[in-house]
Amino acid sequence: MLQGYTVLDLTARLGWLAGRLLADLGADVTRIEAPDADRGGAEWRALNVNKRVLLLDAAETDGLERVERLARSADILFCTPRPGDRPARFLELNPRLVVVAITPFGLTGPKAGWLASDLEIMAAGGAMSLAGEPDGMPVRVSAPQAYAWAGAQAAVGALVALHHRGASGKGQMVDVSAQSAVITALAHAPTFVDISGITPTRAGAYVTGRSVTGAKFRVFWRCRDGHLNFILYGGGAGRHTNEQLVGWMRSRGFELGPLERIDWSRWDPTIVTQEEVDVIERPLERFFATLAKREFLEQAHRRGMLGYPVSTVADIASDPHLAARGFWQDVPGPDGPGERHCGAFVVVDGHRAALHSSETRAASAAKRIR
Amino acid sequence: MPARALDGVRVAEFGGYAAGPHVGKMLANFGATVVHVESRAHPDGFRMQYPPYKNGKPGLDSGGCFAYFNDSKFGVALDLKNPRGLDLARHLAAKCDVVIENMRPGVMARIGIGYDTLKASNPGLVMLSTCNMGQTGPRADTPGFGSQLTALAGMCQLTGSPDHPPMLLYGPYIDFIASTLGALAVLAALERRRTTGNGAHLDVSQYECGLMFLAGPLFDFHASGRVAQRAGNDDPGAAPHGAYACAGGAWLALSCWSDAEFGRLMEAIGQPALGRDRRVVDREGRRMHAQLIDTVLAGWLRERCADTAAEMLQAAGVHAHAVNTMADLFSDPQLAVRGQWRRRSHPVIGEQAYCAPAFTLSETPAEITRAAPTLGADNESVFRGLLGLTAEEYAAYQAAGAFD
Repeated sequence: MLQGYTVLDLTARLGWLAGRLLADLGADVTRIEAPDADRGGAEWRALNVNKRVLLLDAAETDGLERVERLARSADILFCTPRPGDRPARFLELNPRLVVVAITPFGLTGPKAGWLASDLEIMAAGGAMSLAGEPDGMPVRVSAPQAYAWAGAQAAVGALVALHHRGASGKGQMVDVSAQSAVITALAHAPTFVDISGITPTRAGAYVTGRSVTGAKFRVFWRCRDGHLNFILYGGGAGRHTNEQLVGWMRSRGFELGPLERIDWSRWDPTIVTQEEVDVIERPLERFFATLAKREFLEQAHRRGMLGYPVSTVADIASDPHLAARGFWQDVPGPDGPGERHCGAFVVVDGHRAALHSSETRAASAAKRIR
Repeated sequence: MPARALDGVRVAEFGGYAAGPHVGKMLANFGATVVHVESRAHPDGFRMQYPPYKNGKPGLDSGGCFAYFNDSKFGVALDLKNPRGLDLARHLAAKCDVVIENMRPGVMARIGIGYDTLKASNPGLVMLSTCNMGQTGPRADTPGFGSQLTALAGMCQLTGSPDHPPMLLYGPYIDFIASTLGALAVLAALERRRTTGNGAHLDVSQYECGLMFLAGPLFDFHASGRVAQRAGNDDPGAAPHGAYACAGGAWLALSCWSDAEFGRLMEAIGQPALGRDRRVVDREGRRMHAQLIDTVLAGWLRERCADTAAEMLQAAGVHAHAVNTMADLFSDPQLAVRGQWRRRSHPVIGEQAYCAPAFTLSETPAEITRAAPTLGADNESVFRGLLGLTAEEYAAYQAAGAFD
């Protein structure tokens, strides 16, 4: 959809996803990479596929001139400036350019120069305070998420500004704060502080904030080969799920105990007490322990139930649903054998755009520049 | 008022909860006119199913959760099962550039406002359909909430300590990945329409969007067979790398990405000798003697204010930040300077802090134009103003039950 637009990607790790997303939407993305950079890591390969790669040292005069020449004809430029850099200079070179600066805290404010990696950004954005055991250490996701939040928001910012350029002919500066981008991930947690004076905190393997009594609901359940995610919900979908689950247990001859007596059409999770929740959850725990992850996934789908297994990357890689949708894309790798990547994130008019290998584009980019 | 980037873009939103409405909010904050469509029989699920409520009293218009995702929009109530209500929904879609829906696949068509129907009268329409699994595939009809999909998409498995169960990321984490990427797809489709005149039907699977945030570990599995595991707060590239308890129940996150940075950290906390200790002079050594370093750091931080410690360490050139709680987000000076929270007055809730976008634009700043609408609050202004119904026509629709 972005065919005809050119994007220059000067980012460090914090911004890699931004260019990948625009490339997947059809833009012609050229990534500037230092000649000695390690291009073999999984993160580099996954987030820089589908871009042209131009190896040059932007710190050298010759390299800088080439970057400036590219910036003069580009539509969008992504960068991750360090303190002292002046990304606005690209806008002076090319007033039609959309210059997107991605930094941990934004270009302005008292923390503008602060150092932060994924860990500190997840901390600053509030996400860590919501993950972990209730009385234990706050945790981050073990695979970096803050960089992805920043990159994704940067891509949105680029296209919002590009839209305005369509009307005005003028580029502008887009100043992305990764800290703020992480706030997007918090759902409506901040509003509890604001409206009720309650500070939501981490609940471990439970979900809270749904019942006015403060009852917590179990989320993760041990199963035969890992864990399942199942929550007692209300509403139409919750009622159907709970009825189906009890029916499934009954068909297996499973001891229902107190579940036998519950009228799910009247059961309301927004007012139940902890004691009522505990009584329901006990037989569920015993039942889930007998199931395998894939069996739960298939049965829950067949029965129209809410709930999913807790997948590993291996489970995801073998999920037939993703294969049927053509999500995985194989492209030639640097040494011959193919690489398998996540495909473009959107299917447009029934079609998912194919990815190009970053390597095959490196040579053509180099030729074009010369 | 300065020009805004998406001035003139019209959006109609069908659906509820987070995944659809958050897309509309992002577009509305940059100037799009966004109409959130509900019905009195089926209001948005966020209105009544999720606290917090003003004064703790659940009510259609007292919910902070609904409000948080629906600022800067117009709200209408239309009965889509009533032929006259459906008629107005079609008129509305015909006047819009974008339709966003997050129902299960096929539901929009069953109601009578599927893409093919709407496209017939509006060929330039960009329609975003976002759901758990996408519009096609063997499990396309799976109903589902984002808080659980986050588990299927691998994030929960990767959160927490290796010898404990997986952990939740608060709320429907993955929905916001999908809403961010959904907004991106809509904006790209509008660009294409500018040059070709053609609209688009965008099929966004929230599952697949989430996987983009784990593209590295997934690539790694395909390439090497390695199955990523949760590792608490460890990172292979840094040592130390973790969260430490501070005074008053607060925590500090800090990390050292080079030997020199570790040296600066030890200088800053008054342990220069440990900074030069041969056992911990490189990352490998620091990982091996993690307990020693953690004990020293824990001792230094235990009685210190997390914010003050972060300032000291940053001044010394060390990665550090307090673990902000939800309350801290409202007092963080950085977020305050950047205008993260904008208070707007809602007729039932009163003052509420609404969330500004994650990026600023130098020429066309974002704005929270108004608090979230009460149910059906803007029927008259949307159908008379935007659609141009006369007073008589509007009254006739009303009498026919279109707005019930």
